This record gives sequence, structure tokens and C-alpha cells, in this order.
Amino acid sequence: MSKPPKKHAISTRIWHWTNLVCVVILFMSGLNISNAHPRLYWGEWGFAPEHAWLELPRFPGWITIPDYYSLAEARDWHILVAWPFAVILLFMWVAMLVNRHFKRDLTTTRREWKPAAIWEDIKQHAKLKFDAEGGKKYNFLQKLSYGIVLGVFLPMMVFTGMAISPGAEPFFGWFSDLVGGRQSARSLHFIFAFLIAGFFVLHVALVVVHKPLKQLRGMITGVEP
Amino acid sequence: MSKFVINADVKRRGVLAGMLGLMAAGCQRVAESNAGQSLFDMAEKWHEGAHRLLSSRTALAKEYDSDDVSPFFRGNGTTNPGSDAYQASLANNFADWRLEVRGLVDTPMTFTLDNLRALPQRTQITRHDCVEGWSAIGEWMGPQLSTLLDAAGVQDKARYIVFRCADTLSGGDYYESVDMVDAYHPQTIVAHLLNGEPLEVRNGAPLRMRVERQLGYKHPKYLTAIEAVASLDDIGGGGGGYWEDRAGYQWYAGI
Repeated sequence: MSKPPKKHAISTRIWHWTNLVCVVILFMSGLNISNAHPRLYWGEWGFAPEHAWLELPRFPGWITIPDYYSLAEARDWHILVAWPFAVILLFMWVAMLVNRHFKRDLTTTRREWKPAAIWEDIKQHAKLKFDAEGGKKYNFLQKLSYGIVLGVFLPMMVFTGMAISPGAEPFFGWFSDLVGGRQSARSLHFIFAFLIAGFFVLHVALVVVHKPLKQLRGMITGVEP
Repeated sequence: MSKFVINADVKRRGVLAGMLGLMAAGCQRVAESNAGQSLFDMAEKWHEGAHRLLSSRTALAKEYDSDDVSPFFRGNGTTNPGSDAYQASLANNFADWRLEVRGLVDTPMTFTLDNLRALPQRTQITRHDCVEGWSAIGEWMGPQLSTLLDAAGVQDKARYIVFRCADTLSGGDYYESVDMVDAYHPQTIVAHLLNGEPLEVRNGAPLRMRVERQLGYKHPKYLTAIEAVASLDDIGGGGGGYWEDRAGYQWYAGI
């Protein structure tokens, strides 16, 4: 059976690398901002240790931007890079819907949601076999994780980020209300940031164990392994 | 074998740290360049523009019920100006405290606390968001800044309102500024009561600004004067506020 050509669209490749740079800068400057007040709260307000549900450790300079503590400069980076991050995410969604990448490659089928099928997929992953059957681009776990990252994790960073901006509150306050308050939105901002960091680690690890150079080339030139 | 694994692990971590270091160094070079600074300023302006585009000039920050008020309102920055003059005024229950309205106004004015209490009051239960990330909810009361500005007659060439304060931080006078949109916003008030009581010293006694759609550093405490100006260039370091001058904080604190 001849496989259909599986190439990454130019829009996917542009988004992928731009998004990577944005996420890394946002995450590293975010860790510097976290150092200003590492406690997280639920609800509308909170400022003292007894209100907190979590206190994060102090992040060392080698993993923050800038590499010394500066709330003002870290916010400069965060506020700047939030723009390309949000704009290119919107661009990716429009491109994905227009070029049918979303419908063709990322939409899961009812059959794939059967427990037996999911279990089989997990077993294949454990054996480091990632080729989707039937000439499809992605198997179930890949579709699910890419779908959740694009559809939930990344958009939630934009929404929770807007929700903690007091200047956005007059028109975006409904979102804070929806998640239980401004401090809840801030907590979610951190939770989704670390979920994205977790995805990043897993994603890179899986590329490393499975044809890393070909996959890297594929995401640059479009030609897939 | 285990030695190899450890070495590989150390190496990998070294590579990662190296890459992040390179990234941080690259960012550092951008940040220190003029182009980098104007890029930051532009992004800040875009956020301000987007906020202003998506809500009206008078759109309100959320107001809460009395049940939502935090049991304690944290003080931050200066929690006591500590000067002899301030201590004397505090001992005197601020009977001698004066708030000047000056600068580009037709009639410069001076208010006592009694004068301010006699003006129409606004009460608002709002959330205070510190730039560091924490929040507290309190009920503030005081006259709207617009009432004072209208009484003094702000001239057309005035573009900013500067707030002068009695406190100094690390040897510098605290001050802040807002544009006319925020100066005339209905929730911009000169607060003298918090949760029905005169302000505590840590919260800015006897007077503090409330600029509800911006972060906490835009709400100067120990307020002594309100100044209408055409430009911020010649005030302090020209950044429009103590933290803006000292640490490079964003002048638009709505983000």
C-alpha cells in the first residue's frame, strides 16, 4: 500500500518553532516572576502563607530570564512575548482548520476511545512503536496530547494571563468568575505552565528515542521520516 | 556502566544549562539595547491600547460584597514613613495634614481631611492586586479624584496627574502618575477610610489613591499633593513613578 505523503505544512512548521521560542522565554521569565511571590492561592484573594495551597521553590538564575532577580525586567519579557505567543496560536488554529490538519490528523474517532484500543495504543507506546496504522499521521495518544496542548493548555495560558491583568478585568472579569476568582486564575496560569513544561519534556524525550534527526528535519523542511 | 550514565547525565544537564544560558544571555543583550527597550515599551502600549479598545473609559473594575472583604489588609512597600513630621502628624490624628491640588490648574487648592470628608463620597469594595502576585479585598471610601480636579479647574494642556507622597523608599521620594482617562475614572478616589475605619499607617494613613484598574504600585500612600502636568519628563527620573524610575517597572500597570 502506498502511503499518502505526510508532510508538515509550512504553517505548522512556522508555528512550531515560533511557539517554542515564545514558550521558553515566557516560562523562564515566568519563573523569575514566580520568585517575587511564590505562593499560590484559590479564590479571589490571598497574600499570606496560611492562605496558600502551594509554595513553590525559589528558581535559580540559570533557569530564569533575566538570570538575576528582576520582577520589572522579567515582566518586560513576559508582556512582550505574550503578544507573538497569542497571535501565532490564533494563526495556527485558523491554519489548522483551513488546511484540514485538525480534522484529518488530530480529530479522534469514536473507535479510538474504546478502552481496548487505548490500552493497545499504550502498549505500542511502551514498546516505542509510534507509527499510526492505516497511513494515518498520528495514533490516538499523539492526537490526544497534541489536541489538548493546542486546544486547552496553550489557550488557557492566554486566558488565565488576561484574567490576572487588572486592566483587562472590566471586559474579561467573567473568566475570573468562571474559574473562582483572580487568585484561582493565577494558580491555573502556573498549573498550565508546568503542564506545558511537562509536555515539552515528554515530547522532546519521545523525539529523541524515535528517529530524532529525521523528525527534526521533518519539522524544519517539511519532509517527514 | 553507572559511571557512564552519571557522566552522560551530567553532560546532558550541562548542555541544557548551556542552552538556557545562551538563551538568557541573548535575551540580556536584547534587553540592554535601545531597540529592545523600545520593543518592550511598544508591547506595553499595545496591552494598554487593547484594554482601552475592549472596554470603555469608564468601565468599572469588579466590585465585591462586604462578605468578600479580606480579614486583614496587607501593607507593602513603605509601611511607616517614619519621619518626625509624619510621626507628629500621626500623634495629632492628622489634624494638620494638607492635600494640595496644584500644577496646571486654574485655582490651586488645599484640602484638610475634614474638607475631603465633606465632599460627596464614593464607597467601593475592590480587589487590590500587587505586582508581586498577591491580592487583598477591601472597602475603600473617599471623594472621587474628578471632584477635586473639577474644583481646581484642570487646564487643557495637562495630560497627566502626578501624586506626591510623604514617604521615601531607599532615599527616593515615592510618587506616581496616571493619565487623564484613569484620573477621571469613577473608581479613582482619594481614600481616607478602609473597611469603615481611618486608614492604618501600613495602608497609607491618612490618604491614599485608589486607581482600581491598575496594580498596587499605582495606588500611592501618604498622599500630600496632586499635580496636573503636561509631561512626565522633568519629574523624578522621568519614568512617571518611583518604581518606574528605580527598577524599570511598566508605567501602564494594568497588565
